[in-house]
Amino acid sequence: MNYALLSTEVLTAVIGLTVLVAGLILPQRGKKVVGILAMLMTMLVLVVASLHFTDYEVFFGGVYQVDAYGSFFKILFLSAGLLVMLMGGKYVERFEERSSEFYALTILATLGMIIMACAGDLITIYVGLELMTISFYILTAYVLNDEASAEAGLKYLILGAISSAVLLFGMSLVFAMTGTTIVRDIAAQFTVQPAMIAGIVLMIAGFAFKISAVPFHMWVPDIYQGAPTPVTAYLAVASKAAGFAALARVFMLAFPLDQFNWSLALAILAAITIVVGNLIALAQKDVKRLLAYSSIAQAGYILAGLAAANVYGLKGVLFYAMLYVFSNTGAFAVTTAVEVETGSTDITAFNGLAKRSPFIAAVMTICMLSLAGIPPLAGFVGKFYLFSGAIESGYLWLAFIGLIMSMVSVYYYLTVAKAMYIGPAESEEGMAIGGAARFALWACLAGTILFGVFPAPLSQMTQCAIGLFF
Amino acid sequence: MIGLTHYLILATLLFGIGLFGVLAKRSAIAVLMAVELMLNAVNINFVAINKYVVPDTGVGQLFALFVIVVAAAEVAVGLALIINIFRQKKSVNLHDFNLLKW
Repeated sequence: MNYALLSTEVLTAVIGLTVLVAGLILPQRGKKVVGILAMLMTMLVLVVASLHFTDYEVFFGGVYQVDAYGSFFKILFLSAGLLVMLMGGKYVERFEERSSEFYALTILATLGMIIMACAGDLITIYVGLELMTISFYILTAYVLNDEASAEAGLKYLILGAISSAVLLFGMSLVFAMTGTTIVRDIAAQFTVQPAMIAGIVLMIAGFAFKISAVPFHMWVPDIYQGAPTPVTAYLAVASKAAGFAALARVFMLAFPLDQFNWSLALAILAAITIVVGNLIALAQKDVKRLLAYSSIAQAGYILAGLAAANVYGLKGVLFYAMLYVFSNTGAFAVTTAVEVETGSTDITAFNGLAKRSPFIAAVMTICMLSLAGIPPLAGFVGKFYLFSGAIESGYLWLAFIGLIMSMVSVYYYLTVAKAMYIGPAESEEGMAIGGAARFALWACLAGTILFGVFPAPLSQMTQCAIGLFF
Repeated sequence: MIGLTHYLILATLLFGIGLFGVLAKRSAIAVLMAVELMLNAVNINFVAINKYVVPDTGVGQLFALFVIVVAAAEVAVGLALIINIFRQKKSVNLHDFNLLKW
């Protein structure tokens, strides 16, 4: 075993702890350095992870795997973490003496996600999942004097703990039937029995909570609205992607489709998620809540690709998860900037944004059009893969629902654009968002447009990453 | 003779009681306790399965240990959150926490 291949994980853990300690020992005025330190070091790890993309090694008899699939998600989580830290800098200043712990917890949550994506064993998946969610419980309730934030944190904790318990119960039943927790060995021992099916159903329920699929979505709008906006962005893009990473690995490798057809269950879940998420989003007046329901709908699209369980569908899952990082973080970055400026995330707070800051309004519009799937933006290419996969697996109806609901979604994305472009401006002066946030906005914009115009490089990466399933 | 099935039924019952507690209790502390009950039901499952299905390995017991440790971390964070919300609202009744709803 070549332990050097674990460098990404080790470095992430070291950075998280370094930032935590640095925040404790540095004096108050030195705390600004901690944020910059966290961002620079995350960038370093991102480079390391990208250089090690094609590494392959199985650790401890299958407990932990370093492969292209895991590396793809490592790059995804680290980019998302970096973008969130960059765009949240101004917001985090509100936390004053607690701002360094914010960065530390964000990095530790990233570590949890990385472990989830690379885990080849149910115990490791569980530990990674809890490292991620416990960090998120704290981050959600990070605004100590804000009642909405405290309430969101407590709700997330209770619902998150129930979902973990359900997931664990499912895992225990699968363990009972196969006698192993290693994903690849489960497939070898697989037999279709009532207890096995119950285990699989409970595991679907547990993971569906993490990826916010309907009917396990009720926590999403409340927590997304109450949490600090950068945390919401991170929760929406990265925690969801981590859920998908673990879900896809476990289901594709451990439960053979030709013996038990779990794909239909996921397809039905995907259809309900797409419909409910999009329809409730139509009625929202708060942009954070609107993005929460939109993210539920996006989870439905990605789930459709996973239900297809073929090359196109899984390529779509990875492709969409990656472009979703850029498009959704862009939208949340603008929301954060507006919230810092006006103190509100209501849709009226966006009125006249185009007159005040044309660039910020343009980023918001382009990111939202990408989420709606308008060509030539990245969202279109992603949806093309997902729905082609669904059609190839015989879920024509699912692709049809997805297409109709994508058209519906254009309406609510455009209500935000309408407020920005033809809403009455309350002031004329531009918004000061700071250099780091501006850089994050450019990165999101570049990702959203480039992946749409030149999908080939990312598509090849996803092709390489899903190699382990076929 | 008591076998694996009995343990699984016991665990399922405990899990159900825990779930009922989570849904029916109003105090946030009691809800946390009910969640603990659910996690401990899972622990019974793991340990019993370890004994009856794969007695020569320790995977199930290992899993149970991990669950215990993580549950402790979860409760520590949960109590901190409850203390924080209690300072603001002077209540731990979940029905008083109704700022966020659609």
